[in-house]
Amino acid sequence: MDLYEYQGRDLFARHGLPVLDGGVATTPQEARAIAERLGGRSVVKAQVKVGGRGKAGGVKLAADAAEAEVRATDILGMDIKGHTVHKVMVTETADIVEEYYFSYLLDRANRTFLCIASTAGGMEIEQVAHEAPEKVAQVAIDANKGVDEATAREIVATAGFPADVADQIVAIAVQLWQTFVAEDALLVEVNPLAKVADGGRVGVGQAPQAPATPRASSVLLLDAKVTFDGNATFRHPDHEALEDVEAADPLEQRAKERDLNYVKLDGTVGIIGNGAGLVMSTLDVVAYAGKEYGGVRPANFLDIGGGASATVMANGLEIVLSDPSVKSVFVNVFGGITSCDAVASGIVQALAMLADRGEAVTKPLVVRLDGNNAEAGRAILDAAANPLVERVDTMDGAAKRAAELAAVGA
Amino acid sequence: MAIWLTKDSKVIVQGMTGSEGSKHTRRMLAAGTNVVGGVTPGKGGQSVDFGGATLPVFNSVGEAIASTGADVTVIFVPPKFAKAAIVEAIDAAIPLAIVITEGIPVHDSTAAWAHNVASGNKTRVVGPNCPGIASPGASNAGIIPADITPAGRIGLVSKSGTLTYQLMYELRDFGFSTSVGIGGDPVIGTTHIDALEAFQNDPDTDAIVMIGEIGGDAEERAAEFIKANVTKPVVGYIAGFTAPEGKTMGHAGAIISGSAGTAEAKKQALEAAGVKVGKTPSETAQLMREIMQSR
Repeated sequence: MDLYEYQGRDLFARHGLPVLDGGVATTPQEARAIAERLGGRSVVKAQVKVGGRGKAGGVKLAADAAEAEVRATDILGMDIKGHTVHKVMVTETADIVEEYYFSYLLDRANRTFLCIASTAGGMEIEQVAHEAPEKVAQVAIDANKGVDEATAREIVATAGFPADVADQIVAIAVQLWQTFVAEDALLVEVNPLAKVADGGRVGVGQAPQAPATPRASSVLLLDAKVTFDGNATFRHPDHEALEDVEAADPLEQRAKERDLNYVKLDGTVGIIGNGAGLVMSTLDVVAYAGKEYGGVRPANFLDIGGGASATVMANGLEIVLSDPSVKSVFVNVFGGITSCDAVASGIVQALAMLADRGEAVTKPLVVRLDGNNAEAGRAILDAAANPLVERVDTMDGAAKRAAELAAVGA
Repeated sequence: MAIWLTKDSKVIVQGMTGSEGSKHTRRMLAAGTNVVGGVTPGKGGQSVDFGGATLPVFNSVGEAIASTGADVTVIFVPPKFAKAAIVEAIDAAIPLAIVITEGIPVHDSTAAWAHNVASGNKTRVVGPNCPGIASPGASNAGIIPADITPAGRIGLVSKSGTLTYQLMYELRDFGFSTSVGIGGDPVIGTTHIDALEAFQNDPDTDAIVMIGEIGGDAEERAAEFIKANVTKPVVGYIAGFTAPEGKTMGHAGAIISGSAGTAEAKKQALEAAGVKVGKTPSETAQLMREIMQSR
């Protein structure tokens, strides 16, 4: 799960990292109130989970609270690369002297964690790596040793951070690593990590009306990009609340509530299968077959897992069929340990269940069963003789038929 | 012969007394696997009857090895306790640890891997989030259905379980030396390259099926390895051409980040290494069929 910048900023603040004071607003009036609390002069930043907001006009300076309200009015509702802005973050301003880059992330290839640090911040790190690779320091971090002061000093030396900020960045590097681990993050990226001139407040733990005090640090984390590990949610019950339910696709949201592994796509063939790899492959095979029918494509990814019970099948069918863009459904199951007769019975029961719920299936289903006890499974489907269910015994043939039916139904 | 898992392998099951562990222990025994015991901390001294075979339960992997001579462990421990189970297996220096568990936090699997490296890499870790290893006719360690295919001379390595089964099924008339499910997590202990190297060196494997999917660059690196080191024919399949950017497709590791990890890039890398890549699983099986028939 990716966080919004304001959520990342809050997270950093909670972990004692130096950030700017600020707040998040969904209306211009709220933005104005936050700016007033901050003393008027402020920055209004669009909250979208995509890069390049600045260039798109999603980050604006406001001289006073009234201007913050105007800026927020402009930015709220803006479209940035297909993302509508529903929230803005309003922060104090900072007089930036230098911009750096700092991140911790997972290095899949080397099966370790990695620190990437650079004195060239404020722009895309990929661009820096491309144009001036010598300015991008990469330091592997052993998951069990972590980042202590010595490792942090190594990072600071490798990246070549200036001497006057070295101690502060060492402290930030240690604290940010602890945040990365404590929160089970896959990425914490700060761009820019900035050296600032003076003034303002440190946003950590201050009451809203606290008088301006000198900054404890002249290095601040001015942006926050944080990704959490979905597999670690069991030890972070607080992470779930950070999910933006409103922004999620409604079908994906409903599927999630039913514990289904579903991703909405833009085509017309609904897909249900067992096993992530097989379902991904099913999408591809449908798109490949669909080329013959004017570019028919899959409508979704749905992995109902190994067991494929009647209830799970019914829930899956219900989600897929409630998608108005679906014209046909392809159920693609390979019976491994689960035998195909159980899967076929599950499909027949699921169709009956849906009829009982008053949501009888009206779109054609193409079913392909193969593997363990396939013959018995096919016989069960044939015996049920549902006119909407068509049995095709090869994956490629079934994909072609499902694409054809979707093209006809469109 | 087969790679890594043979008829001589002595297998223990960590989490054997749990529901998944006991279900699959029963299956593995039925497939002829030499399962010699299980490990559940606190239940040492008990035994479990699997209808014909009564297996002892040990408190630790170390005790199990001392008592049975086990050299393979299959881990079915829930995500919360999986890291401790893997670390225990590594500390006992068992040669092969197969981690079936899905949903292990990446910080845990990365820490377990770092521990293995620091301990001198004595344990081959397969997985997590994998279906295990099947050497048909010899041994079956994990959850791969044992009766899909008889023994033969094709080797297979895959990130995906069900695609493994599909390919094994389509090529069952030729049979397989060993199928290795390496798992769909971002951090895994055994890579495509490890399996490719072992199959290249295995006198009983003639040709190799390699199945990959979106996310990371393991397939690209495998392609480089094939170009430099593999003389046996390899056919490939990649899943996820239609996957959108930034969405996790079922497997925790199956995600395209920006422009990295796409199926197209993986396919091109494999083809540049001389690997024939099928557009569908069946076409991939057909490519392998042609290779086996021409031998």
